[in-house]
Amino acid sequence: MAEKLLEIKNLNTSFRIRDDYYAAVDDVSLTVNKNEVLAIVGESGCGKSALAFSIMGLHNRTKMEGEILFKGENIVNISPSKLNKLRGKSMGMIFQDPLTALNPLMIIGDQIGEALLLHNKELSKTKRKEKVIDLLNKVGIPRAEHVYEQFPHELSGGMRQRVVIATAIANEPELLIADEPTTALDVTIQSQILDLIKDLKEDMNSGVVLITHDLGVVAEMADRVAVMYAGQLVEIADVHTLFEEPLHPYTKSLFNSVPNANEEQEKLHVIQGIVPSLQNLPRTGCRFAARIPWIDASQHEEHPELHEVKPGHFVRCSCYKHFHFPEESKEEQHHGIS
Amino acid sequence: MGFLKVEDLKVHFPIKGGLFGRTLGHVKAVDGVSFSLDKGKTYGLVGESGSGKSTTGRAIIGLNHITDGKIFFEDNEITATARKAKSDIRKDIQMIFQDPYSSLNPKKRVLDIVAEPLRNFESLSRKEERIRVQELLELVGLSPESILKYPHEFSGGQRQRIGIARAVALKPKLIIADEPVSALDVSVQAQVLNFMKEIQGELDLTYLFISHDLGVIKHMCDHIGIMYKGRFVEEGTAKEIFNDPQHIYTKRLVAAIPDIDPRKREEMKQFRQEVNTEYEQAYNDYFNEEGLAYSLKPISDTHLVALPEKG
Repeated sequence: MAEKLLEIKNLNTSFRIRDDYYAAVDDVSLTVNKNEVLAIVGESGCGKSALAFSIMGLHNRTKMEGEILFKGENIVNISPSKLNKLRGKSMGMIFQDPLTALNPLMIIGDQIGEALLLHNKELSKTKRKEKVIDLLNKVGIPRAEHVYEQFPHELSGGMRQRVVIATAIANEPELLIADEPTTALDVTIQSQILDLIKDLKEDMNSGVVLITHDLGVVAEMADRVAVMYAGQLVEIADVHTLFEEPLHPYTKSLFNSVPNANEEQEKLHVIQGIVPSLQNLPRTGCRFAARIPWIDASQHEEHPELHEVKPGHFVRCSCYKHFHFPEESKEEQHHGIS
Repeated sequence: MGFLKVEDLKVHFPIKGGLFGRTLGHVKAVDGVSFSLDKGKTYGLVGESGSGKSTTGRAIIGLNHITDGKIFFEDNEITATARKAKSDIRKDIQMIFQDPYSSLNPKKRVLDIVAEPLRNFESLSRKEERIRVQELLELVGLSPESILKYPHEFSGGQRQRIGIARAVALKPKLIIADEPVSALDVSVQAQVLNFMKEIQGELDLTYLFISHDLGVIKHMCDHIGIMYKGRFVEEGTAKEIFNDPQHIYTKRLVAAIPDIDPRKREEMKQFRQEVNTEYEQAYNDYFNEEGLAYSLKPISDTHLVALPEKG
C-alpha cells in the first residue's frame, strides 16, 4: 500500500488585490505518496504554481486556509523558523528558470554548499566540498571539480538546471516540487533532465509534484495526474486512465489542442475565450462553462463537485456526461489517444 | 527555381577583447548554410538553442550582418551589399517575433503599431489608414474597436495576432516566424497556428518557420532543415525527417520528443537508450575533428544528409 507523504485538505490560497482577497487555489484536496510522481496540469493562470508555492510556503501576504499535512503534520501558517527547517531539507524545489534561480555572483560550489550548510552547521568545509562534488556527479555534470569554481553564466541552460536540481536534492528531500523544470530547455536536454528526476526519485524514495503544461512530459513522467482549471481541480486520475479516457471537457480540450507528432491533423482544437483573471473568476457554477458555450447551461451543476466515477478517477461537474466538440457529431468524439 | 534561395550563408560574430578591443576570433554562428524555399510552402528550421537557426532567419531579413554567401529572393540578390538599391524588399519579407510581450511597444496604441509599416511604405490618408488597420485586425480575428487599445489590454494570443497583423500589413510574400508560439499556452498556441495556416492560403504566403518544438514543426512544415552548430545536418520533407531520419543527430532529436502515450513509456526509454548509445559510438563518423557536420549529400530527390566524403 502506498504511503502518504503529503496530504492537502481543502486548501485555499487567496491573494489580496486592493482590499479584497481572491482565491487562486480554491478548495484543493490532494495526496502525494512516497515514490510517486503527481503531475499538475493546466494553462498559465490556472493556479498550478500558486499551489506549489503554497506547499513550500513561499507566498507572502496571502491568506491560506485549510490543511497541508506533510507526514501528518500541518504546515499551513506555521512559523517561518519551523518552515525553514523543512524547506530545503525535507522539501526541495526545482524552479522553472535556472538563470534566475541561481545567484549570479556566487560560484556553483558555494550555492549548493549553502543548502547543505543551512541544515547542517557542523559540516566541515572539506566535507562540504566533497559532498557538493558528489552531488554534481550525481546530476551528471562532467568535470565536477571544475564546475565547482564556475559562475552560473559560464554554464549552459541544461547544466544550470542540473545545478538547480543538485541544490534541491542536496539534503535528500522526501518531497520534490518541480515547477516546469524543463520548459526552458531543448528536447534532448529535457529528456535527460526528466530521466534524472525519475532516477533520483527512485533512489531517494521521494514523492514528486511535477507542474507542467506539456502533456508529453506528463505521459512520460507521471503516475497520477491532477488537471487544474481556474484554481480548482477538475479531474484527477492515474496517468493511463487520464490519457485513454479523459472525461472533463477541459482535459479533452487540452488534448485536442496539442499538435501530435504521431497524428496528422489539419486543424488544432482551440479552446474558446481565455482563462479568466483572478478577479473575474466566476465563483459559482461550472467555471469552464463560459469556454464551452455550446453546451446547454442545464447540463452543468449548480455547485460543481468532484465525483468519483471510478476508484481513483475524479471529475468535477456533470457537464462531462454531455460534452462534445462543436464541429463533430457526438459519436466521433476524440477519446484521448486511443 | 527557388522562391527564396540561400547559398552558402555564413554569419560570423567577432570576439573582441584585449587592450584595444582587437578581434581575437570569431563565433561561427552560421557556417555555410544553403537551402531554398518554394512559394506557398512552409519551411521549418529546427535546432537546439545556439544552433544558428534564429541567426539564419535574421540574416535573411537583414537584421544580422552577413559574412559571406548569397541570398536570392525571386531571383534577385538581396544580400546586404546589394540591398541598398532594393529597399522595398523589406516590404515583401516580414518577421513575426517570439515574444508578443516585448515585440510590441507598450506606449503605442494598436492603431499605431499596425499602421507603422504602412506609414513607412505607403502614403495613405488618416481615414484610409484607419480602414486598412481595421481590415487587418478583422483578418486576424480582433474587433475593429481594438485600434484604440494598448498592448497590455490583450492576452498573449491576441498580442501575437497583433504582431501578425503588423507583419501582413504590407502584403508580404515571405514571413519569417521566429519561435512564434514558444511563449504561448497550448490552447493559445493552437489558435495562432491554425490562424497562420488559414492566412497562408488566403494571402499566398510562404513561411520560414523557426522553432525548437518538433511537434509544432511537424504540424506546420512541408520541408524541414535540421541545424547543429551553424550547419545543416539533414534536410528533407516532414515525412522523411520524422519517419526516416538518417543522421544520428536527427535520430536523437526525434527520439527525444516526449511520447503522448503513457503505455509506451518503457519502450521509448529503451529506444532512447539505443539511440544515445549509437550517437556516442558513431559520433566520430558523423562529425569532423571540430565536431561540425559534413556537407549535405543527397540520398534522394528531396532528402539530404550530412555524411562524410567516403560515404
